[in-house]
Amino acid sequence: MIWNETKECMSRDEMTALQSARLVKQVNHVYHNVEFYRKKMQEVGLEPGDIRGLEDIEKLPFTTKADLRDNYPFGLFAVPKSEIVRIHASSGTTGKATVVGYTRRDLDTWSESVARCITMAGLGREDTIQVAYGYGLFTGGLGAHYGAECVGATVVPQSTGNTKKLVTMMNDFGVTGIMCTPSYLLHIAEVVKEMGLEDSIKLKAAICGAEPWTEKMRLQIEEQLHISAHDIYGLSETMGPGVACDCEYHKGLHIWEDYYLPEIVDKDTFRHVADGETGELVLTNLQKEGMPLIRYRTKDLTSITHEKCECGRTAARISRFKGRTDDMLIIRGVNVFPSQIETALLEAGGVTPQYQIIVDRVNNLDTLEVLVEMEESSFSDEVKEIEALNKRVSHAIQQMIGLAVKVKLVAPKTIERSMGKAVRVIDNRKFD
Amino acid sequence: MAEGFVRQLTVFIENRVGTLQEVAEVLKDNDINIYSISLADTSEYGLLRMIVSDPDKGSRILKENSFSAKTTEVVAVKLENKVGTLSSLFGTLAEAGIGIEYMYAMATSRTGAMILKTSDGSKAVEVLKNAGFGLLDEEGMFNLE
Repeated sequence: MIWNETKECMSRDEMTALQSARLVKQVNHVYHNVEFYRKKMQEVGLEPGDIRGLEDIEKLPFTTKADLRDNYPFGLFAVPKSEIVRIHASSGTTGKATVVGYTRRDLDTWSESVARCITMAGLGREDTIQVAYGYGLFTGGLGAHYGAECVGATVVPQSTGNTKKLVTMMNDFGVTGIMCTPSYLLHIAEVVKEMGLEDSIKLKAAICGAEPWTEKMRLQIEEQLHISAHDIYGLSETMGPGVACDCEYHKGLHIWEDYYLPEIVDKDTFRHVADGETGELVLTNLQKEGMPLIRYRTKDLTSITHEKCECGRTAARISRFKGRTDDMLIIRGVNVFPSQIETALLEAGGVTPQYQIIVDRVNNLDTLEVLVEMEESSFSDEVKEIEALNKRVSHAIQQMIGLAVKVKLVAPKTIERSMGKAVRVIDNRKFD
Repeated sequence: MAEGFVRQLTVFIENRVGTLQEVAEVLKDNDINIYSISLADTSEYGLLRMIVSDPDKGSRILKENSFSAKTTEVVAVKLENKVGTLSSLFGTLAEAGIGIEYMYAMATSRTGAMILKTSDGSKAVEVLKNAGFGLLDEEGMFNLE
């Protein structure tokens, strides 16, 4: 099933023409309405008229997460505040959130993006879809929710939390589709089994994202729940979930090029690489009004193909993600930068900024442990003093990243250092 | 060091096999004798508390060997080996409103002592002396036979 055949199966020439027209319009929009973009373009001697189509895209400067932070909270908004109907935010590296704003039409664009993905997974108006992403400032919950409503499905806004209750409702309501993180779905699969409901539930498809997962894990989910599982990609900066998703052939994720213009650039030279070659994904919002991003560096490594897919879609496909160009970790769907942990440690006091992050996946749920070196002066002969320090440090980290964390205090100078540089992150999860 | 106190050496013990042995070896190599020892354990780590022949040197060399170590003043109360001694000791402290943070025993063939960390060290020294308990100083402690 295809939600929007005109756009999803457009010929390459037509798509290029559409993208060119939208790019020209978008560049004009941001140049005249966002000081940040105007200045950036002026710095390199660019005027809106210099961008006449896709062929000129490489002339435009990149935008990075740091730019979003520097313009906190509303500096990159391109419309008057009265046009903004929704705000989402994700935690930033220095404790400052990354804020995004949406106009009413942006919400429609977003819903349409997600609707295409849901349809691709074989779900539609006859289906009942449980949304088990967190609702709130995180784009996962509401993004999936609006998309599911857009296709006319019956939506159950479950959010995360009580898994037994989720499974009971899945069974009682005859839920046929679910949207959540892949690790949470594996956990749900176990609970379904524990409750003896494998043969009773009606689930047929899952759309999972917000964290890296492997093809092996996708097949494992399909096998355990007897469903088809699809990988959905997105990032809050450019909209939220629904930028791309894989079809029933699972040969890469179809990216909605009429909304999100993809470029793959070499991670060192920042020049375009050929189809099939790995580089950093750069996205430009072609349709977004509220806070359009121009050449946003996602830091995600992938490759692209423009070949027509067996499913009939011509929308380009990006490969499963091959890592990141920075040190960002995605833990239970939450973006975590090691530098956030360091900031939290400095705020908590009593410990050195020497730390080691250990990420693992236990029973399909990500766990986060942080080893922290105690300062000599905070070492005590009393257990309760050390426990209090541990609590204070855990609390500071939790406040900073929004995730529960297990803090393990260690003696000074015990954290392994290699070549004079500490090994900050040990990720024991398997993503191959 | 205030009168009535002895110094205890405390070491942070990471919860992995062999850590205690490493501490004991460092002390051995530096000719430091352990008179009394206790280990407070939590799920993640332990605190090893000891009365040793040279607490300052012990603390220094353990730190040099990447351990967290420190010395703390504690009270060492001499105890006769007979029924009711502990009851009388705890009674004295409780009556004075002094709490016990932790304690551990030390024994030799002839006599014994209780090492105490209380909520109020100076007050504990005072009430115990007034109640007739013998307190050990470091020299006395090391000469216990």
